[in-house]
Amino acid sequence: MSKRLIDLQHITKSFDGQMILDDLNLYIRENEFLTLLGPSGCGKTTTLRIIGGFESPDQGTVIFDGKDITQLAPNQRQLNTVFQKYALFPHMSIAENIAFGLKIHKKSKTYINDKIKYALKLVNLEGFEKRSVNSLSGGQQQRIAIARAIVNEPKVLLLDEPLGALDLKLRQDMQYELIRLKNELGITFIYVTHDQEEALTMSDTIVVMNQGYIQQIGTPQDIYNEPVNAFVADFIGESNIISGLMLKDRLVQILDVKFPCVDEGFGTNVPVDVVIRPEDVELVPPEQGLLAGDVTSLIFKGVHWEMEVLANGYEWLVHATQMHPIGAHVGILVDPFNIQIMNKPESNDERAVESDA
Amino acid sequence: MRNLKRQLLAGPYILWMAGFILLPVIMILYYAFTTTGGSFTLLNVSSIAFSVHIKALLLSLKLALMCTLICLILSYPLAMILNNMKSKSQGFIVFIFILPMWMNFMLRILAWRMLLSNNGVINSFLRTLGFPGLEILNTPAAVVFCMVYDFLPFMILPIYNSMARIQNDIIEAAKDLGAGNITIFLKIIVPLTMSGVVSGIIMVFVPALTSFAISDLLGGGKVLLIGNVIEQAFMQEYNWNLGSGLSFVLMIFVIASMALMNSWGDENNTGVW
Amino acid sequence: MIKKTTERMYLFIIFLFLYLPIVVLMILSFNNSKSKVQWGGFTLGWYRKLFDNAALMEAFGTTIVISLASALIATMLGTMAALGIDAMKKRSQTVMLGATNIPLLNADIVTGISMMLLFVRFTRLGMGTVLIAHITFNIPYVILNVLPKLKQSSHTAYEAALDLGATPLYAFRKIVWPQILPGILSGFLMAMTMSLDDFSVTYFTKGAGINTLSTMIYTEMRKGIRPEMYALSTLLFLIALALLLFMNFGPASQKEQQH
Repeated sequence: MSKRLIDLQHITKSFDGQMILDDLNLYIRENEFLTLLGPSGCGKTTTLRIIGGFESPDQGTVIFDGKDITQLAPNQRQLNTVFQKYALFPHMSIAENIAFGLKIHKKSKTYINDKIKYALKLVNLEGFEKRSVNSLSGGQQQRIAIARAIVNEPKVLLLDEPLGALDLKLRQDMQYELIRLKNELGITFIYVTHDQEEALTMSDTIVVMNQGYIQQIGTPQDIYNEPVNAFVADFIGESNIISGLMLKDRLVQILDVKFPCVDEGFGTNVPVDVVIRPEDVELVPPEQGLLAGDVTSLIFKGVHWEMEVLANGYEWLVHATQMHPIGAHVGILVDPFNIQIMNKPESNDERAVESDA
Repeated sequence: MRNLKRQLLAGPYILWMAGFILLPVIMILYYAFTTTGGSFTLLNVSSIAFSVHIKALLLSLKLALMCTLICLILSYPLAMILNNMKSKSQGFIVFIFILPMWMNFMLRILAWRMLLSNNGVINSFLRTLGFPGLEILNTPAAVVFCMVYDFLPFMILPIYNSMARIQNDIIEAAKDLGAGNITIFLKIIVPLTMSGVVSGIIMVFVPALTSFAISDLLGGGKVLLIGNVIEQAFMQEYNWNLGSGLSFVLMIFVIASMALMNSWGDENNTGVW
Repeated sequence: MIKKTTERMYLFIIFLFLYLPIVVLMILSFNNSKSKVQWGGFTLGWYRKLFDNAALMEAFGTTIVISLASALIATMLGTMAALGIDAMKKRSQTVMLGATNIPLLNADIVTGISMMLLFVRFTRLGMGTVLIAHITFNIPYVILNVLPKLKQSSHTAYEAALDLGATPLYAFRKIVWPQILPGILSGFLMAMTMSLDDFSVTYFTKGAGINTLSTMIYTEMRKGIRPEMYALSTLLFLIALALLLFMNFGPASQKEQQH
């Protein structure tokens, strides 16, 4: 495993008496594509701005490459930012925008020209040197913003919802571009977004945040398949989140029905939250299911059918390739491996799990 | 159809402009290039070369330039300070600095004439402190002083507006790319406020160049600007042809200085550095 | 810290420069002495003298009539013009806006003289010519205040109203008018302040018989300063202040203040 490049220790930050980050601890490894994911107001952008040096934390330290950079101004840090609204300099040409950082660092003319060419090629905008900022589309401006940042060869690139202003198709294209860029440059990306699909597509590591607290850190697979709490489960993809009672190891009772599962160590008769992904709910003939109910709605989604099944007083969300008409009586079955058991929130930071979810 | 009908609403305005802007300018041109008898002449225009006239024009240019420069030097830092104030009352504070612009022009002159007069407040104050009096009333200095007072808000407002338009993330992007405060000021703030500076300069320079009331009332008849020469040609000598000829020259100067400023501003906006 | 103190100091000095003259004028208007520096006790005598001065009072009346009337007519013409310009194609709009800017940038003295030449040719100078001159330089301010509001007001809302069965006139009254009304009001107030403030154009177009306050003060000041001028200044400043406060923080500006 590669070394820790950035270490955030006990970071606390509040604005106007409102706590934004409360004792946040996080490290970022070299060459990692790390995404801070959460709803607006969760503290993800503030975290990024603290790393970039645009905000200083009330308490805590920022370690970069073994050195304390907490008090360092943005212009003295070896990282560059791609801003949400691009923040290109409107009075300069594309080439001048890209050259800005290089000129400040007193690079030679030939070096700068080579770098501009290289960067424009990297973002697929060759020949755009002389163009003015205003003549570019949003997607092109964002590419220039990326080019302007990477020519300085930062060790870390910070990206603050860089695709937020683009339309869906362009956003998807840019996601692949960013992954390719990351692989070609071999540097660390710290990416902020509220779009879970973006996070799942691009990241090595996802940090799910809510109300100033980190909810879960893990690979996209971890986060999706094994959310640690109801907030993460609900924020990442669609889920059936049902209150249940852990009767004993490997047996949980939901909606008065006993479901076998694979989780252990919760104790006996402990209230828990149970997450079941809609694609993991199997619809079977009524007599074969653990419980049975009626289909109440049916929508064709292209790759699958989305159905709602009312069974034992709960509307189960189901994704299946086989269609059952509205009113059909069906049985519900869930593979024990696909049942995810989570503790109910109890402590202060865990309570952030509930609200806003 | 509806569109065309709506366009017709601008008709009365267009007629009004033709009658009361275009036609009067044609009248000036007519008088400027004719004798009292109505035959063509260039004498009215070329009489700008008379030593009295050329001296007045040069003095006007000199005082207007001084006034513009002083306004610019005073306004730029002021606009920056106002823009950097992040308080909720910012709007009101800016309003306070623009407010004098709306006070009656004549009253502003009156106030300074009273303050600067020999037994006025400023001199009495200086003398009580044991300083010699400031005898600047009836000198070009008093005229410039009052011009600066009159026109300062016209410089503050456009510069402040252009500064307020600069998005904060542009400044942050520059910092992020390694720029220190001086670089940010020179490479980002100055070029992006250049359009405000240009319109400020025009808004101060043109009235300063063409003013006649200030020099009349604070210059004590000793400061003769081109505006005074023109005013006297019309109101005292009733020589409309001469007055129109000189007005024509003044118009040329105004247009030329505006064109100069605008082209300079354009260059700086797309600037190379 | 030092930077902040320096900034405050700078603001304060400019503030003093801008307001000291006004404050001194105001104080002197209540001073029971002809001296410009000695305080002779509080008096309202200069105000009484001001109101007894028939010529000044007449000039005051003329000023109010001209500024109100010229602002009103300019507002009507300017609002119509803005509606017309808004309906034009882009290129015609640019031409029209360029033409609108001419009187704003032209030197006052040239505007005044050129109109005087025209008026003298066809009519006699007097109240009417001053009025026409004021309307002329006021219209651009109205257009420049109304046009942005028209651009902001959504065309789709107007079309939606037509789609829902409204007549064009009804749709205009219910949809467009409320959206541009703040612009019309601030245009009117701005035109009025401009008219109150004008000296040069009035000076050349007024003829012998009449005076506005600006030209009156000018004539008086050439003879010398009398203390009732201080009283007049104080009153005029307070009127301008009230107008401006209303314009900037009153109902007409609320939509602008939001951003």
